[in-house]
Amino acid sequence: MNQVLLLAHRSVVRTLRQPAMVVPALVFPLMLLSINSSGLESATRLPGFPTDAYFQFALAIPFIQGALFSANSAGTNVASDIESGFLNRLSLTPLRRVALMMGQLTGILALGLVQALTFVGVGIVFGDGIAAGLGGVIVIVALSLTISLAFGCIGAFVALRAGNGEAVQGVFPLFFAALFLSSMSLPRDLIENDWFQTVATWNPVSYMLEGIRSLVIDGWDAEALALGFACAGGLALIALAAASSALRTRMVRT
Amino acid sequence: MPEPAIETQQLVREFKKGPRAVDGIDLRVEPGEVYGFLGPNGAGKSTTVHMLTTLLPPTAGRAWVAGHDVVEDGAAVRATIGAALQDAALDPYLTGREHMKLQTALHGMRGPEARERAGALLDRVGLTQAADRRVGGYSGGMKRRLDLALALVHRPRILFLDEPTTGLDPQSRTALWEEVQRLASDRGVTVFLTTQYLEEADVLADRVGIIDHGHIVAEGTPEALKAEIGRPSVEAIPQDPDELAHMKEVLSRFGESVTGSPKGASVRLDGGDAQLAEVVRALDAENIEIQELQLHAPTLDDVFLAKTGRSLEGEADAEPEPEPAAA
Repeated sequence: MNQVLLLAHRSVVRTLRQPAMVVPALVFPLMLLSINSSGLESATRLPGFPTDAYFQFALAIPFIQGALFSANSAGTNVASDIESGFLNRLSLTPLRRVALMMGQLTGILALGLVQALTFVGVGIVFGDGIAAGLGGVIVIVALSLTISLAFGCIGAFVALRAGNGEAVQGVFPLFFAALFLSSMSLPRDLIENDWFQTVATWNPVSYMLEGIRSLVIDGWDAEALALGFACAGGLALIALAAASSALRTRMVRT
Repeated sequence: MPEPAIETQQLVREFKKGPRAVDGIDLRVEPGEVYGFLGPNGAGKSTTVHMLTTLLPPTAGRAWVAGHDVVEDGAAVRATIGAALQDAALDPYLTGREHMKLQTALHGMRGPEARERAGALLDRVGLTQAADRRVGGYSGGMKRRLDLALALVHRPRILFLDEPTTGLDPQSRTALWEEVQRLASDRGVTVFLTTQYLEEADVLADRVGIIDHGHIVAEGTPEALKAEIGRPSVEAIPQDPDELAHMKEVLSRFGESVTGSPKGASVRLDGGDAQLAEVVRALDAENIEIQELQLHAPTLDDVFLAKTGRSLEGEADAEPEPEPAAA
């Protein structure tokens, strides 16, 4: 446990000391929230749109965008450790692989927590609040952390497999493509283009968004929450298994 | 005979898409010895170190460090060794003291013991003043010294230093040499040092192994290796550059030609340094005016040249980086 805490502390400290990683992860999602919610306000007049304030609808987006930045941050940090030889240094200590992985993930979750609380705070101050109340806030944070964990593990996996930061940067745009091809801007049933609606329906990001959105707009929706947690949790488990396997290969000490 | 600190038998490492980086080497390093592993880039030095430090499994052969098999008992090997690998492996966003704190904790030290150990090592490598600065702002020499301090945290009996002074200025290089010498003489630490610098091997190593293309081509004390070559070389530069060919012809009577200044002629003297006077007389008899004449004692580069047919200086092949799980 001590090893996990040590590496988590290091992960958080080194992330906080890189403003270029922390600031965009907080500011860019909020900027996009601001732009989208003012520019797409007229979408609320579509019949069947679930709220009359686009800000409430769009509030779920920063949570996913923040998680994507977590993926980038986690991947870049892991790649940097490989490229600098720091991972070899750690390999020569009695450090257990699982502790290294958990330490890295705790760092991701710490950044994810700061992001989630910031976005929830913005939602409460500038929006109409969270429909599901205080309990809903807690569940939003929990779902947001699960999403951060999932994308963070993907970032770590890419870094461990490729061994360099360029590969992580190369994958980053694909994450954003996954976000844009989801129910980010419109509810799925209001997407008129068939292929887009199909892609959004198969895209797990849609259900992550809808899980958070349900708590913001509707209150408690068991189905939306179950799908949101299942998609985020399932992706987190798969990505964690892949990252652990890649770490085993990378940290190949005898 | 005491148990060797490091021993290998026909150690081999092949890479998936590359050459046989290490090709059946046999090593025996005694406790307390400073062993210099000398060779050009790409010779197999770092690959050997990665295998001996358990970071890379051998393809074939066996190796023991402190009596522990590197494949079957990796954890025991790691407990007895310290390593400063190529390029100081540091986190630029952490301070020197934070590095020490992490390293001491990962080796199971706590509280006052960890603080005292960290403080003593930072002091030993002259980084106490800079300990609370982020490593990203350290000079190359400071990074190398911190790297060395981190490798010493758990009081290892055997220390692996992979090209520890590459890229350092002369002052930092000398400071690191002194520290390595202190470790070996005061603490009895066995040091396995890879280098491509002849002077470094000459100054630091009790024994030198010369590796080329994955093979050990020569091994012994620097003095013995140089004595094996035996004969000195003479290098002469003519006053008139047009006389160079003539000078080469005259010098060729005294021994085989060796690499030297392009402005002059160099030969290894068949009859040793006693022939120097004859060389001068022969050139004078041929009316060749001499601008410069130097007698060179054999160097480790001469040893390398004699064993491989190439000079160590200026070699610059890239050594394949050890790949994980490459079979």
